[in-house]
Amino acid sequence: MANQTAKTTTKAAVPAQPASMMAVIAPAVGWLIPGAGHMIQRRWIRGGLLLVSIGALFVLGLMMQGHIYKANGGDILDMLGFIGDLGAGGLYIVTLAMNWGQGAVAFATADYGTKFMIVAGLLNFIAVADAYHIAIGKKQ
Amino acid sequence: MTIQLSHFSAAFVFALFASIVFGITHRETTRDMIRYGLYCFAMFLGGVFVAGWAMWLVRR
Repeated sequence: MANQTAKTTTKAAVPAQPASMMAVIAPAVGWLIPGAGHMIQRRWIRGGLLLVSIGALFVLGLMMQGHIYKANGGDILDMLGFIGDLGAGGLYIVTLAMNWGQGAVAFATADYGTKFMIVAGLLNFIAVADAYHIAIGKKQ
Repeated sequence: MTIQLSHFSAAFVFALFASIVFGITHRETTRDMIRYGLYCFAMFLGGVFVAGWAMWLVRR
């Protein structure tokens, strides 16, 4: 009798949501290609809208002659700019590889372009977190 | 290829795309996503007009 009660009370705690590979893959893919973290989980429309929105912001920023930040250890604002840009994932990597985003001081709107690209990266961080929440079942 | 947007068109484009992302990521159901996206868009553009008029008043 005492043995039975001991058995029932010493049950190992079961996690609410089992960890799955999707919880790792979706955020990683979502970072690399904006919206892909949702698409890989069959949220096609959401993923498509995220891809278009974040992609358009980033590309418009480039076309406005915005400046892209590289890894640096200097000014705090430059470091924050780098973190923001880095959020765009594949878009940022391609931009660096093609040596785009050098920034033109000739255009007054170039500063807007710089901010567009930073915000695109930051919005992608939010999209990545959302893809993770879907993967662990916290959100539908 | 370069593009030059005016202050307002840049703010409009920014508000549009940021609102879409906010709507999708901050709400659960489709209906709530649309409503929140529209709310964010209105707030962004409303903020542009309020800030614009505030700067006009400060300048006078």
